[in-house]
Order: sequence, then structure tokens, then C-alpha cells
Amino acid sequence: MPDSDRDSIFGRIRESLATASQQAPYPEYEDEVATAKRRFRDGDTLWETFATNFSAVNGRPMTELAEVIDFLKSEGATVGYCDPTLEESIGRVCQENAFEIHCHFERERFDDYQFGITRASAAIAETGTLVLTDSDTSDRLGALTPWIHIAVLPESRLVSSVAQAIAGFGRESNIIWATGPSKTADVEGILIEGVHGPGEQICLKTAGLQ
Amino acid sequence: MASPLQPIDDYARTLAPETRAAVIKSAAFTSGQRIEVLRRDYEDPDALRKLARKIKQHTIDRLDHYLEQAESRLKAAGAQVHFATDGPSACRQVLKILQEHGVTRLVKSKSMATEEIHLNPFLEKHGIESIETDLGEFIVQIDDDHPSHIVRPIIHKNRRQVAESLERHGLGAYDDDPKTITRRARVHLREKYMQSGAGITGGNFVSAESGRMVLVTNEGNARFSMAPNKVHIAVIGIEKLVPRDRDLAVFLSLLARSATAQQITVYTQFINGPRSANQPSGPEHMHVVFLDNGRSQVLGGECREILRCIRCGACQNVCPVYRQASGHAYRAVYGGPIGAVLSPLIGDSISFSNYGDLPRASSLCGACREVCPVDIPIPDLLLKLRHGAKKAKLPSPGSPPMGPFADLATSPKLWRTSMTASRAMNYLPLQFAPVKPLRDWLDQRTLPKWRGGEFRRWLKQRPSPVEDQKKHA
Ligand code: SF4
Repeated sequence: MPDSDRDSIFGRIRESLATASQQAPYPEYEDEVATAKRRFRDGDTLWETFATNFSAVNGRPMTELAEVIDFLKSEGATVGYCDPTLEESIGRVCQENAFEIHCHFERERFDDYQFGITRASAAIAETGTLVLTDSDTSDRLGALTPWIHIAVLPESRLVSSVAQAIAGFGRESNIIWATGPSKTADVEGILIEGVHGPGEQICLKTAGLQ
Repeated sequence: MASPLQPIDDYARTLAPETRAAVIKSAAFTSGQRIEVLRRDYEDPDALRKLARKIKQHTIDRLDHYLEQAESRLKAAGAQVHFATDGPSACRQVLKILQEHGVTRLVKSKSMATEEIHLNPFLEKHGIESIETDLGEFIVQIDDDHPSHIVRPIIHKNRRQVAESLERHGLGAYDDDPKTITRRARVHLREKYMQSGAGITGGNFVSAESGRMVLVTNEGNARFSMAPNKVHIAVIGIEKLVPRDRDLAVFLSLLARSATAQQITVYTQFINGPRSANQPSGPEHMHVVFLDNGRSQVLGGECREILRCIRCGACQNVCPVYRQASGHAYRAVYGGPIGAVLSPLIGDSISFSNYGDLPRASSLCGACREVCPVDIPIPDLLLKLRHGAKKAKLPSPGSPPMGPFADLATSPKLWRTSMTASRAMNYLPLQFAPVKPLRDWLDQRTLPKWRGGEFRRWLKQRPSPVEDQKKHA
């Protein structure tokens, strides 16, 4: 009976709206009306603003691959997933540092990957947010199931505000914004990181890629 | 015997002190943080919520147009769109989709719409395992309990109670460290995500312009409910629309700050269709079920403004009645000020007689309206509903009998006499008065000392203002 459900819902809506005395117009407003201007410091570059706001939510902004390698070692990670298109540039260096790298995500082994390296499509300075899309993410699971996620961000893809990021949606049908590691405050309001998504969120800025 | 108290007072009286303490602490803390974050980030946070109000009011005033637009955009993007007039119809349609895809176990991310239609017990009855993955909702599910807050489902439990639940459910020996609790749920649920056939979610907003539905979670459970699964079903109230993608910047900014005092929720997903062709993981099928369940009727009534609600829970956190009584006191799926308005209105035709008392469980202090990110005049709506309940002659325990007072107050002569006579009240043990409703009412309250009649005496002795002026001229 789905179609009759549809008809009766639209019928009732129209009936109800007919009784309304007036219709509120769509308000005029500036795109950036909800931008938190106070989250930008005078003189900071977009990357600096992003890094400040990303750090504020316990994300880890990094500019050198060596930094990432050191962090992975300090966390005791040994096995990771890597986007095949990043194998040459990043996967290889990881292997040279004795990490086991897989460029194909095997579902059965999802718990074995301690870190995942995938691309970010963009990042938002205002909120310290990484933008992940189906087009640029080699495997959604690779960016989600490992404890540590490393998003590789070409600096040119930084945008300043949430409003700008929305304006740039284009035809992408699956967009994920990630602002720091996964968290909960469900138990007595105490903040715990690493619930279902990554417990560590790294953003590695690159100049050259793409 | 019927209780002389409002049902909500009855419940509040039996509330365990540790439950009340947990609710008050957490609600008060979030309320404080909320205002801090809004003031930190915006010069004029009030202007932003006034704008949000206008956008949302415009949307519901043209709901037919925007709903149709969202439907066609979603279809064009490859999603299948369904409509459900009420809970039973929504449940049946979800079941049918699952059966068509041969799904017998699924994972769910937090959704008030699915709570509203009692989807889990329905699926269970039909042999489908449906697992809640939001940490709070997971605890609620294994406890056979109900969420008591729309954003923080287990606000009514402390860590000891949560630890006991996990222990009972075989997730390790008792340990009440919130970190251990979280890790254990993580490990347990990871397996479930990977072994299920579908992910069911709600939806926070739908942009009519693009058909993009927006999902926010802090834990990442909505992402995980989708990424390994072939089928995604979203159950979304028909009022969740906004006209354009750009409007989402306004609403996401307000939602995160109002709900959890965050600048933005950790994960925000914008979805309009199944996974892209190049993407190995993610649903191949996307189904959106638009749920009415009484909303289209509310649209034509005097409480239509409640349809602007974005379910942030700020009115619950700030409400003195909610803090004292907890969400379960409201008996319905939605508690607190939002629930007091919504519960009598949505669902089936008996909702009003079931929940018509809830609008009276408020002192009309107005705090809910002040914090509401879409500026809903909740106290006004409560008054309208009270009036409706009176007209429908719903029982109203807890109210003192006002009849005799009305007689008195409308006859000047009687009033004069009673004023002087009433001084005797100070010496009467009214708790033992022979009028039962009066006794019950006084049981809850202490009357101030009677000082009736003094205004009249003062007025009489006062020189008339005209005389007074002449004297000073
Ligand atoms: S009524 Fe307003 S404050 Fe309450 S949940 Fe809805 S949007 Fe939030």
C-alpha cells in the first residue's frame, strides 16, 4: 500500500496547509552567516587555522611523513592498509620502515589493520574538519575500521568555512566530514575517544599530490 | 485508587536519588557548556537562531513542495523513496525491504523516528535481529530499558549501573571505568557491523534541493552501520527538510552547539544515493522511508510550530521539571518540554488522551524557549494544549478545585467578607481540612501567612490623588 500512503500524506499536508493564514517567505541571508569568525586568528594561513582547530578536537595535524612514521612506531602499530594510489609515495616509505602494508582491504582481516592511509578530498579550516568522499576514498572501510586513520590532504584543497565546503559539494553522493577522533560522552558525560571510528585521527598535509 | 498527584509528580517521587543526581549533573553541565560555546563563537547567537526559525518555518509552510522535491532528487540519485502514514505502516515497509534483500540481522544507529514507531520489537517479532550501535542505545537495548533523553539515551544511568549491564550481558567482569566500558562495546559491536546485512539509520536533515540526507554522530556508528553493508534504510520524519544545501551550514552549526556544546559533531555524513561505482564498500541499495505518524495533522493545528524542532535536547537539559523527574517520567518516547508538546500530538488518535496531562507538567518558566535553536515558543504551545485537554475533559489530578475560588473572586461582597474572615486561616490546621483535594494540594505546598484585606485597607486610608495634588499645588 505504499502508494496510497504517499497519496494520503500529501493529501493531509495540503489540507493542513490550506488552513494556514500565511506563508513565511524564505529569508535572505549571507552564505557565511553561521561562520564562527572567532575561530580564525589574524595573519594565520588556512593550514594554521585548520591545524589549531583540528588540534582543539584532538586531531593530529602533521606536515612530514617522518612524523607519521614516528607516531605509528610509538603507538606500536605494525600492519596497515594503504590506498593503492598512495603506494608509491607513502606505502613504500612505510615498508622501508618495516611496516606491513596492504593495498587491498580484505574484509576478513578488518581487525588486523592497525592503521589506514587514505586521501582527504578537502578540509575545513573553521572547524578542523576533514572531508572524505567516495570519489577519493579508495575503500570506506580502510578509513574507518583501523584505530589510526591517516588522511592525506593536498594543501590546495583547504577551504575556509563550513559554508564554503557545502558550496563545493558538486555531484558527490557520499560525503563524510570527520572532525577529530570518534568520541562519546554517554557514560556520565565523561569524554572517551575511539568508540566505533578511529581513536586517532591524523591529517598529513602534502604539497605535491594531485 | 487514582493518585491525587500529576502522574509526573508521582513518578518523580519514586525516582532513585542516584538517578536524579545523574540527570541533574549531566543536564546542568551541558546547559552551561552550550551557552559558553555559543558566546565564544558568535557575537549574536540569538540572531542565528532567529534565522534558523525563519528557514524552518518557511519549509514547513511549503512542506508539500519541498517533500516532493526531495523525493524526486533522491530518486534521481538512485535511492528508493517510500512513504509511511503511521508506525505500523513504516514497520511493515521496512520489514518488506529487509525480506526482499534477504536480511536477517542488521545494525542500527540512533534514531528517534525508529523509537517512535517501536521498530526494534517489531523486527524481533519477525525474526530479524536488530542491534543498536550507539553506546547509550546499546546499553538501553541490553537492559530492556528506554532512552530517557533524545541526545543522551542513558543520562539516567551512572557508570556503576552501566558496568553492571555489560557484566550481565557477558561482556567481561565488572569494571566501571568509562574507558573500559567503551572499549568493550567497541570490540563487541565491530563484529556485529561486519556480520549484518543492512544498516538502519535516522536522518537529521534532508536538503530538498539535492536530496542529500544528513546524519550526525560522534561515535562513528552511522558510518560503520553503512560501510560494510549492502543495504541502507533511513527512516526520517517528513518535517526534517530544509530547502537548500546552504541552509545546512546554519543548522549544523546550531545543532552541534545546542545539543552537545560542540562546534560541529565529529562525523557529519551527506548522502544521496548508494555507493559510487568506484567504491568497493558501502550500500548498493539506499531506501528512504518518510514517516508521517501524525505530523501532517499537527501542521494544520495551532501547535504547528513544533514541527521546526531539530531534536537537539537543549530544552530537556535546561528544564527544571525534566531535571527533577527525568525523561522516563514523561512515559512517552520524547520527554521534557519537547515531549510535553509532541507526545500528545503525534502517533495515533489516542495519544492525546494518553499524554494530555504532560503539558501541565511545566511551571511555564520559559527556559526552554530561550535555548531553542529554532525559537519554538514551547510555553505558548503548552498553554494551548492545556486548553485542549480541558476542552476534551481529560482528568486533571493535582489541580486544586478552583470552583469555590471563582465564586468568591467574582462577588465583591463575598470577597470583602472573606478577606477579614480569612485571617483565621493562619490559625487553622489546613492540612486536616475536610476537603480532600485541598488536603492533597497542601500536601505539596506551604502557604504563606495570610495577609488578605490589607490592600483594601491601605487604599481606603490613602488620600485621593486628586486631593493630594491640590494640597501640593
Ligand atoms: S524544541 Fe527546540 S530546544 Fe527542544 S529539542 Fe526541539 S529544537 Fe531542541
